[in-house]
Amino acid sequence: MASRIDQDQVQHVASLAKLSLNDDQLKYFTTQLDEIIGLFETLNEVDTEGIEPTSSVSDQINVMRDDVADNWGQSEGLLANAPESEKGYIRVPTIIDESEDE
Amino acid sequence: MNYFEKDLTSLHDDLVAKKISVTDLVKATFDNIAATDPDLNAFLTLNKDAALKKAAEMDEKGVDADNVLAGIPLAIKDNIVTKGLTTTAASKMLENFVPIYDATVISTLNKKGMINVGKTNLDEFAMGGSTENSAFKTTKNAWDYTRVPGGSSGGSAAAVASGEVIAAFGSDTGGSIRQPSAFNGIVGMKPTYGRISRWGLIAFASSLDEIGPMTRTVKDNAILLSAVAGHDDHDLTTSTKEVPNFAAELNDQTSVKGMKIGLPKEYLGEGVDQDVKDAILAAADKYRELGATVDEVSLPHNKYGVAAYYIIASSEASSNLQRFDGIRYGHRSDNVKNLEDVYVNSRTEGFGDEVKRRIMLGTFSLSAGFYDAYFKKAAQVRTLIINDFQAVLKDHDFIMGPVTPTPAFKIGEEISNPMTMYMNDVLTIPVNLAGLPGMSIPAGFAKGMPVGMQLIGRPFDETTLYKAGYAFEQATDFHKQTPKQGGNN
Repeated sequence: MASRIDQDQVQHVASLAKLSLNDDQLKYFTTQLDEIIGLFETLNEVDTEGIEPTSSVSDQINVMRDDVADNWGQSEGLLANAPESEKGYIRVPTIIDESEDE
Repeated sequence: MNYFEKDLTSLHDDLVAKKISVTDLVKATFDNIAATDPDLNAFLTLNKDAALKKAAEMDEKGVDADNVLAGIPLAIKDNIVTKGLTTTAASKMLENFVPIYDATVISTLNKKGMINVGKTNLDEFAMGGSTENSAFKTTKNAWDYTRVPGGSSGGSAAAVASGEVIAAFGSDTGGSIRQPSAFNGIVGMKPTYGRISRWGLIAFASSLDEIGPMTRTVKDNAILLSAVAGHDDHDLTTSTKEVPNFAAELNDQTSVKGMKIGLPKEYLGEGVDQDVKDAILAAADKYRELGATVDEVSLPHNKYGVAAYYIIASSEASSNLQRFDGIRYGHRSDNVKNLEDVYVNSRTEGFGDEVKRRIMLGTFSLSAGFYDAYFKKAAQVRTLIINDFQAVLKDHDFIMGPVTPTPAFKIGEEISNPMTMYMNDVLTIPVNLAGLPGMSIPAGFAKGMPVGMQLIGRPFDETTLYKAGYAFEQATDFHKQTPKQGGNN
């Protein structure tokens, strides 16, 4: 059976999703994803010509509210969940990759 | 506390009559958990200090006689955020995450006097059907410790079925309340999409996710749904429809008389265990005895539900889980040289395999060149599945069938084969795609393991499901069977 997704494509999808896979994982995910995408392709048996897609089953449509800012006063609690913070800001490692400057 | 001899109403009566104090009830609940949970593994986090403090306050001011939830200890699935109490979604990504607000269901229950005893285990980010995808522990089935409790609300189901607590809340995206309820012989309701606020439910697939109650009896379930349902300004997909007092409708045991019930032939087809089929056919006969008519109907597109679901749910998940980037909260990798490393290494270390699999499936389905073939096609099939249900429910009061093709399987049996695991949801997934209410109730046993019957209703007609479930419960004694301590059935 022809494969539906190959290792290069899985590697591409992983990079789009900001995930890194080692060689073993790449092999094993490729096999699994290929099988699952095979299941997806059973949908080709269904005639959907002219059928509207459904994206929501909520009975509410375009609910409007006033655009009013609300101060929750919880910045300390929010920062407590940040991996690193300093002086009321979230700290991140150096963002510019210095190796790229060379 | 022997919760097998109690329901919410009788517990409430005992609290009001001061036969037991809230403090003693909470202590007794933690005693249950201490006795059972070291083996069962239903809980991830216990809320003992805060629970006892709230209990003491309630004892001080007295239990409100008009409020059936006052002082009742409940368990909460750990993907529902609780202010000040660690909420992990069973993921390493959120191992140390302490929410700064309560989900709407939690603030509502808290106002009504609920005592939150702790957070229950689940498949990571609610992705799975066995609770084996938890990053922290494997919960057992209350009836047989060698079997899975189902999932993803496996911890909530096991905690209720084992008698640790009287009731719990779960969430259901493709069967995650109904399937573990079926596997553990309890009552689980996935209400109509929009019935309960999702504010504070850690998002998996936003067009499918729904919170719901898990209980031992239909009436307790009805009480809890009325307590938490209704519009919420924080979730604009919630309906503005009035919420009935569901439990008040349950006085009449003959309420299914004259009802028309549809039994889809696809729900008793290939792959469905013979004992499960027999239990459902016997239940159909029971409904006929009670004065309902049951006839065979067809839901021809249901078999495409699993494929459509894994495209739609994975696509929504890949989008929802982008927020876990190692910056503002959640796991951040120590192994970083630049910003890209923060994203990639934090996500790679923080997510388990099933979550990665679904993020990749979703990313693939939404990616350039594949969107029309996968995502759009699935969304069109979703419409056809909805149309099938509408056609049947136009002249049937509700649909009945099994919840799962088989009873609970063994721990370790299916975890290495995602496709096999996905197919377990074949009978529950279409209900989420259509946004309908679906309930699991105990309907028999297959070689000692519980079999769940699924009742599926019209949008916002949980009332009919509760009436039909209640009538069946009164006419049978499956719900009175309890697992032996230690899961040695």
